[in-house]
Amino acid sequence: MATQTTSILDTRTSPRFLLEVVNARKTFPGVVALDNVQLRIRPGTVHALMGENGAGKSTLMKIIAGVYIPDEGEVRLHGQKLLLNGPLDALEAGIAMIHQELNLMPFMTVAENIWIRREPLNALGFVNHGILASKTQTLFDRLGIALDPEMEVRHLSIAGRQMVEIAKAVSYESEVLIMDEPTSALTGREVEHLFRIINDLRAQGKGIIYITHKMDEVFEIADDISVFRDGQFIHEAPASELDSNEIIRLMVGREVTQLFPKETVPIGDVVLSVRQLGLEGVFEDVSFDVHAGEILGIAGLVGSGRTNVAETLFGVTPATAGTIAIDGETTIIKSPHQAMLRGLALLTEDRKETGLFLSLSVLENMEIAVLRDGYTHGSFVAQGQLDQQCEHMKQALHVKTPDLEERIGNLSGGNQQKVLIGRWLMTNPRILILDEPTRGIDVGAKAEIHRLISKLAGEGVAVIMISSELPEVLGMSDRIMVMHQGQVTGFLDRGDANQVSVMELASTPAAHA
Amino acid sequence: MTTATDNNQQAAAAPKLRKKKVPTEVSILAVLIGIALLFELVGWIVRGDSFLMNPQRLLIMILQMSIIGIIAIGVTQVIITGGIDLSSGSVLALTAMVTASLAQSSDYARAVYPALTDMPWVVPLVAGLLVGALAGIINGSLIAFAMIPPFIATLGMMVTARGFARAYTEGQPVSMLTEDFTWIGSGANPVIIFLGVAAIFHIALKYTRYGKYTYAIGANPQAARVSGINVRRHLVMVYAIAGLLAGLAGVVASARAGTGQAGMGLMYELDAIAAAVIGGTSLAGGVGRVTGTVIGALILGVMLSGFTFLGVDAYYQDIVKGVIIVTAVIVDQYRQRRRKLS
Repeated sequence: MATQTTSILDTRTSPRFLLEVVNARKTFPGVVALDNVQLRIRPGTVHALMGENGAGKSTLMKIIAGVYIPDEGEVRLHGQKLLLNGPLDALEAGIAMIHQELNLMPFMTVAENIWIRREPLNALGFVNHGILASKTQTLFDRLGIALDPEMEVRHLSIAGRQMVEIAKAVSYESEVLIMDEPTSALTGREVEHLFRIINDLRAQGKGIIYITHKMDEVFEIADDISVFRDGQFIHEAPASELDSNEIIRLMVGREVTQLFPKETVPIGDVVLSVRQLGLEGVFEDVSFDVHAGEILGIAGLVGSGRTNVAETLFGVTPATAGTIAIDGETTIIKSPHQAMLRGLALLTEDRKETGLFLSLSVLENMEIAVLRDGYTHGSFVAQGQLDQQCEHMKQALHVKTPDLEERIGNLSGGNQQKVLIGRWLMTNPRILILDEPTRGIDVGAKAEIHRLISKLAGEGVAVIMISSELPEVLGMSDRIMVMHQGQVTGFLDRGDANQVSVMELASTPAAHA
Repeated sequence: MTTATDNNQQAAAAPKLRKKKVPTEVSILAVLIGIALLFELVGWIVRGDSFLMNPQRLLIMILQMSIIGIIAIGVTQVIITGGIDLSSGSVLALTAMVTASLAQSSDYARAVYPALTDMPWVVPLVAGLLVGALAGIINGSLIAFAMIPPFIATLGMMVTARGFARAYTEGQPVSMLTEDFTWIGSGANPVIIFLGVAAIFHIALKYTRYGKYTYAIGANPQAARVSGINVRRHLVMVYAIAGLLAGLAGVVASARAGTGQAGMGLMYELDAIAAAVIGGTSLAGGVGRVTGTVIGALILGVMLSGFTFLGVDAYYQDIVKGVIIVTAVIVDQYRQRRRKLS
């Protein structure tokens, strides 16, 4: 197998690349996810994709795997243009993707999962389980996987399932394998095993696309590195020509000037004081103070526990350890309702999942958090007052909508976000937590939201802002708390914080800090 | 991501925002009128008689639909939260039995509770409402706290409540009710109760916190929770109200029939769900109005009455009813898909 592939490559000098993506562009309503992106994978190499969250890596992979159809540009395999209308087309062409979220059927056996759709049949058209098992065993022997092919997948550990996913991808004899953060659930020994498998595949001339946030892994396994930022291709180089500082610089190297920086306002007393806050198995020992008029930024990679801290403060997932004090008084927050009574507000990370009521109107979306004191007469809502206040909010936040009765699903992402911010401003919060306040919205609306956050701080609101966009955190925050895998790795004052110092804290375990 | 492309996109999206909106109720009302006129036309051709110009027939039609209509208003609220209630027909039967047993006249020698005859009408009424509400609270608690899917929880209640209704008197009907009590179901009273309930819940869904929370939970339960709504408590309340209304329907049904029977309300839950869905309530949750459900119930009533008027067999009535229900769901799916695309 290995020699055969190599000999083909020897005789064919052009095309040099196993897989090429040329000038790919992909837009979603309101966002340009990819623009003019290229990727070139040499046969027999591991190619690492690097970039911040939202840089477009996942979109690019989905295009290669046939999940998305690009608006422009093309994917070439051995120099031949591929027309992919779905994941099956990609698989048949020789491109297999190992998904970040695992896609196995828990109540079927390992062997059934691997050969699904391609089961060996006997004369009567029934599945031949003998051949199924022996084929699986042969595959496992080749990859050095010690799992029972007859075991139901639900009994496997996460790492075991990961191995099954990899074996499944290999079973297609694919030439290109895409691995999206394959080690996120693996222990050190399992990672070593995975790397052995990857090395074997590389020796067979396969191309492996490897997405990760872990810098050490990149230098251990990758031959080439491509860096992406904001949906654009930034740089491609052999791993030997780059170091981690250079990669970080390429990943974040955007100018801060296009963002609206926070105005200097007097910082007041401590409003929120958090000590040794923890949520079992998710994050631990988080301590910080936020003052009136201050913006505390929280930075960290996906999975660092930033969002969990916000949700715990707001009572969505009540804390299992530590204390929360507001104005010096210790308080217990067990539900969002309690949090709201204590003057907190939380703009959640995922607009669609936990923010919007898509089938309801702009008005109904905006008023929902204040249907209590002040806006009700007994059980009845004071609709006149609500209409007035929402109209006022709409104008103050420049929400572009024909009227308040418009269904919110018809608004652009930026306007939807403004409505949600309006929802929380109507509660007159003293502590405002913003999780990714400008994710997926256009530059104009972004600047408006930044200006608004700055103004609120000026009015004495204590703001906690979580963002994956470093320039946003750097531009807006008075102080930045950086997290890595559920732990605080450090605090940076406005003056000391820059993209490299934040990224270093964000990608190193707490012990190094 | 450049500024120029974003502006272009916004410009392209702007004209899309303006769209002429026809309220769902208007289109359903048009369907109702269309069906009625169709029967009128066919009536003249086949029987040489008018379908609509017969007040007696229209009153009977509305009377027939009143009891299902009362249930349907409760079921509509449940469906708006994204749930379903299969138990309403059985809960109606159980409450009819309990209510009737407390409304018997002392002239009757074999009363269920010989010591509790000739009670003022309030007693059986309140008892019926309580039984219904209790069944609803059990439904709601199973769904909100035990996290059982609404379909399963209310399916269990559907079977259990019917069992209780049969066990209550070992299958014997409960008859000889006081005139005081049967007055509740006499004349046009059921229609008045139905329209009264419809008016109350139309207002409740539109102008109260209860209503706003109901829509919010149906549209996005997670967002509702993060907005400070106690989702579990509210769900229990919605199912309790649905149970209460099934109880009220049981009271009205037993008063109208002058008897309580364990077989009452068979398959009413399906008619109630059908009325809600035909009336534009989305099974996906977050969408639905009481006015739509009332019109939906009237559509079912006109169909029943019209087929009887034309002398069509009951079998064919069921076939057509089934087709209409499925059509209503197809329309709902189509609307949802359009909503997602926009």
